[in-house]
Amino acid sequence: MIVLEPRPQPSRALALLSPVIAIVLTLIAGGILIALMGRPPLEALRIYFFQPFEEFWMWLTLPTGEREMWLYTPSEVIVKAIPLALIGSGLAVCFRANVWNIGAAGQYTMGAIISGWVALSAPEGASGIWLVPYLIAGVLGGMLWAAIPALLRVRFNANEILVSLMLTYVAALLLDWLVRGPFKDPLGFGFPESKEFQPGFIMPVLVDGTRLHLGVALAVIAAVALWVMMGRTMKGFEVRVIGAAPRAGAFAGFSRDRTIWFVMLLSGGLAGLAGAVEISATVQQLQPQINAEYGFVAIIVAFLGRLNPIGALFGAVILAVSYIGGENAQIMLKLPKAVTGIFQGMLLFFLLGCDTLIRFRIRLARPRVG
Amino acid sequence: MENFIYSMIIAATPLLLAAIGELVAERSGVLNLGVEGMMLMGAVVAFAVANSTGSTPLAILAGAGAGAGMALIFSVIALSLLANQAATGLALTIFGIGASGLIGQSFVGIALEPLAKLSIPFLTESTAVGRILLGHDPMVYMALALAAGVAWFLYNTRGGLALRAVGDNHDSGHALGYNVIAIRYMATLFGGACAGLGGAYLSLAYTPMWAENMTAGRGWIALALVVFATWRPLRLVAGAYLFAAVTQLQFYGQDWGLPIASQFLAMAPYVATILALVIISRDVNLTKANAPACIGKPFRAER
Amino acid sequence: MAGQTTSETRPETPLFEARGIVKKFGEFAANQDVGLVIQPGEKHALLGENGAGKSTLVKMMYGVMQPTSGKFFWNGTETVVHKPAEARDMGIGMVFQHFSVFDALTVVENIALALAPEPMRALSQRIEQVSESYGLAIDPRRAVHTLSVGEKQRVEIIRCLLQNPKLLIMDEPTSVLTPQETEVLFETLEKLAAEGCSILYISHKLEEVKALCDAATILRHGHVVAHCDPKAETARSMAEMMVGNEIAWVEKAASTTPGPVRLRVSHLNLPAASEFGVTLKDLSLEVCGGEVVGIAGVAGEGQSELMEALTGEMLATRAETIHIDDVPMGRANPTQRRIAGAAFVPEERNGHAAVGELTLSENIILSHHTAEGIANRSWIDFGKAADWAKRVREAFDVRSGSDNPIAGSLSGGNLQKFVVGREILREPGVLVVSQPTWGVDAGAASVIRRALIDLAGRGTAVLVISQDLEEIFSICDKIAVIHHGQLSKEHPAAEMTAEKVGLLMGGAHPEASEIPVEEIA
Repeated sequence: MIVLEPRPQPSRALALLSPVIAIVLTLIAGGILIALMGRPPLEALRIYFFQPFEEFWMWLTLPTGEREMWLYTPSEVIVKAIPLALIGSGLAVCFRANVWNIGAAGQYTMGAIISGWVALSAPEGASGIWLVPYLIAGVLGGMLWAAIPALLRVRFNANEILVSLMLTYVAALLLDWLVRGPFKDPLGFGFPESKEFQPGFIMPVLVDGTRLHLGVALAVIAAVALWVMMGRTMKGFEVRVIGAAPRAGAFAGFSRDRTIWFVMLLSGGLAGLAGAVEISATVQQLQPQINAEYGFVAIIVAFLGRLNPIGALFGAVILAVSYIGGENAQIMLKLPKAVTGIFQGMLLFFLLGCDTLIRFRIRLARPRVG
Repeated sequence: MENFIYSMIIAATPLLLAAIGELVAERSGVLNLGVEGMMLMGAVVAFAVANSTGSTPLAILAGAGAGAGMALIFSVIALSLLANQAATGLALTIFGIGASGLIGQSFVGIALEPLAKLSIPFLTESTAVGRILLGHDPMVYMALALAAGVAWFLYNTRGGLALRAVGDNHDSGHALGYNVIAIRYMATLFGGACAGLGGAYLSLAYTPMWAENMTAGRGWIALALVVFATWRPLRLVAGAYLFAAVTQLQFYGQDWGLPIASQFLAMAPYVATILALVIISRDVNLTKANAPACIGKPFRAER
Repeated sequence: MAGQTTSETRPETPLFEARGIVKKFGEFAANQDVGLVIQPGEKHALLGENGAGKSTLVKMMYGVMQPTSGKFFWNGTETVVHKPAEARDMGIGMVFQHFSVFDALTVVENIALALAPEPMRALSQRIEQVSESYGLAIDPRRAVHTLSVGEKQRVEIIRCLLQNPKLLIMDEPTSVLTPQETEVLFETLEKLAAEGCSILYISHKLEEVKALCDAATILRHGHVVAHCDPKAETARSMAEMMVGNEIAWVEKAASTTPGPVRLRVSHLNLPAASEFGVTLKDLSLEVCGGEVVGIAGVAGEGQSELMEALTGEMLATRAETIHIDDVPMGRANPTQRRIAGAAFVPEERNGHAAVGELTLSENIILSHHTAEGIANRSWIDFGKAADWAKRVREAFDVRSGSDNPIAGSLSGGNLQKFVVGREILREPGVLVVSQPTWGVDAGAASVIRRALIDLAGRGTAVLVISQDLEEIFSICDKIAVIHHGQLSKEHPAAEMTAEKVGLLMGGAHPEASEIPVEEIA
């Protein structure tokens, strides 16, 4: 049977290694799974995890059904990572406070809705400066949605996990109603989608020939700012203490309620921003499906980054790779999309298991005999 | 109205099944947030088995087994390796959504015969009560029997007493010689099996087909139900029926001419869950008196 | 070995014997080559300071853990106890120090869990019989969380008695009892011993051991250092065997005239936060600069609530209820109170006074961030924090594995020295400390008590909340007693005896400033 012996101090080496070990174990387990599905495992792993870093031509099927040749570049990994990083760094801070904002997907959706409303209400010929109120609206939308679980937790002690989760369903239904109703494009041939945003609302691309847009700057700035806050300021210290030992926080004069508000609004705002950024960078219109599940995957990003905002950047890249690899594998090997979800779930399992090694040494011992 | 109550009972069944299992797990001190993932696995495996073998009992068993299997993964990571229970439960949900999506790929769009419904000659057809209460498929009655069985087990047997004790104070339980980890494993696996049954009900009886993510949040609602029922089995039954009633508004609202868009009616169960949580949680004494004191806390035995 | 027992010369086989017991946790040896002999009907004390290895030894005797090596003998036959159920079957009963009771369950249910299955009704009746015949009144149907600490202990004892034990092990039983409840307990134990049941009595309270026990085994740092007859020794001689050298007997010097009132609590009323808490009623007290005032009381009488009201974790309804140096502070938060010159050490060092996952220098920040300028407008000066941590470690001899370890890696005594030292080095005007030496070895306890007395000597008003009567008597100038959320008047320590305090702890009218004359010993 497994026996755990506590280490006197948490092992720093393993704190850095455990994500790596978890990734390796995921690759192995995933490879076995793929082999069991009758596909070549090594080839599949290459497509999932290494091909996203190469440049190559591929056929892209447009929404209209047409196909065209498209040059894929590794910058796509960064593009995919942007929303994951934005949400993930906010969640990393939130989870450090032991506040479990599981509803980031709903906050992402609300961010998209409110910013979308700004874009759709803008006058003709709106220039690029409108991007600023657009993005701020995204942040506010996310904050608004995160304020509900924060309020209910602080005032009524209601579990924020369940409240924020229920709100993701509500937000999705709200979006559905909007794009089929008030926001519906009268010229859209009956498709449930809003009008397209004006060119002023498209995220400016930073590097020609790629889709790498301003969002990457936002993500990096947010991660660095949060990292500095957590490591060097009283606010970050408060978050860490409230998360580790709420009574010690009270002893120190920190307000648990204010901390809950702070981390919920912070992570909600970043999730809302991610929603606004994504819409602006990809489809420039609101639809029922806007990739809100980034809000869930960002949870894994946060854990992979060891609940550190900078670590979340790396975690976001890794999960972005798994997404892109999954799409490629879908096309090239006919591997179903669901396999990506399995990879992601397995990664989190292995990560949690490996994290045990940081606090404990594992021994195998025979059951107690005399 | 008759139809309303009838469909309410059907809608309550998957919630009740999943929630009663989670209640047992939580009473032993384990918080398993993976109910949604376990339900989905139960649903897809039960459907697959029913489709391949045509045997309903086998399918139901397989669904329970799939849920228990998922719960086993959770138990190893959270109970033996002492990982954070909330995070492990979330991982289970994400994994369950993906795995069920994968397995269910080849079954999308296939329709099955729904479970046979009970039919007592004369009674079932002729009276209103008979039609409402006696005309259901066996899993509806199984859910109620399970709830009653859990209530009896927890309060009238030694095993149930030990389980409650371990959830209240695992250090004391250990000092008295009870195997805390073993009890929690069993409680968690039971919870998984029940969640699997709840999922199996969805794919075999409720809408006899498989669709990705078909639980639509019921697993999370089941978790809220356990809190709402303050961890008591009989209150849980009442809560499940209440929630089911609210869920049915979505379908009957339009029939009854309510001038609300369907999406807003569909929000009803989720908003109702939030309200229920607020109502119960605001009374600090109520939660403190009833919540298992050790819930979510990892346990490690000194040797 | 010094002071051998007479067991060597008795012809009967001992009831219980341990030989060469070793128990290692990783590198650390909690027990090394421990030997123990208990005769039938004997009241045998197991002495040692905190951390000497007493609890570890009895846990192995009871089957909760297994020894790394060594043997146990029961009635002369070698035995292995695999689990507590086996110990119970053999006839060993154990009353734990931290009661293994289940708050959410009733008394009957609690007891049933330790016994073989039997119908609840029959068990209820047996409980009532035993409780009557041994003078341990308890109602089987009550939920345990409604019981007082003393009543919870009775549940533990009855649980053991129902199995007709031949050896009853009691781990620090009187640390939570009033002196009067202790007398009742001793009567029960005498009756049991007279009936042939042996008692293994673990304690660090030497006067009690002298009064009760026939034989004693003394542990220090995991080794047996002596066997003796407590009735032939003095408390002091046994203490020296326990600690190993001349202990610094800490005693307060005769107090000089105290300074002005620096901490004043006036008619504090604070409703309990939940039905499990204690409501504070009309609580008043004054502590002058230069004096040490002690608040005695058994656990759960309102000490935590009072502490929270004083630190500012709970705000009073009116600011005038609490004055620090004559400034109304009842509605001020902890940081404001620290700026006003107050310092606090709460009861629980793990998770309240300190955070186990943070380093010592980070733990400094908890109380020092604003009051000592460690954080300047939000930026933390980690250098300053580290300097502070170093000063505290040096001044209070805090021993640790590395220079800036995480708090959780320190032993109880060292962490306690740190959290007390952290506050004392601020040279506060008012210091409130709860359970200053709980679970701490004698050496650290002595350092802490000395530091508290010296701080008072420099003009600070020191308030000590403690469940340890010996401690209160050794360092306090004045003593008050808290009971059910109410505080008695402060009496000069010289006028108080353990009996009087015990009466107040048990609820004698707290307003009575005159103690009945006949109680004076």
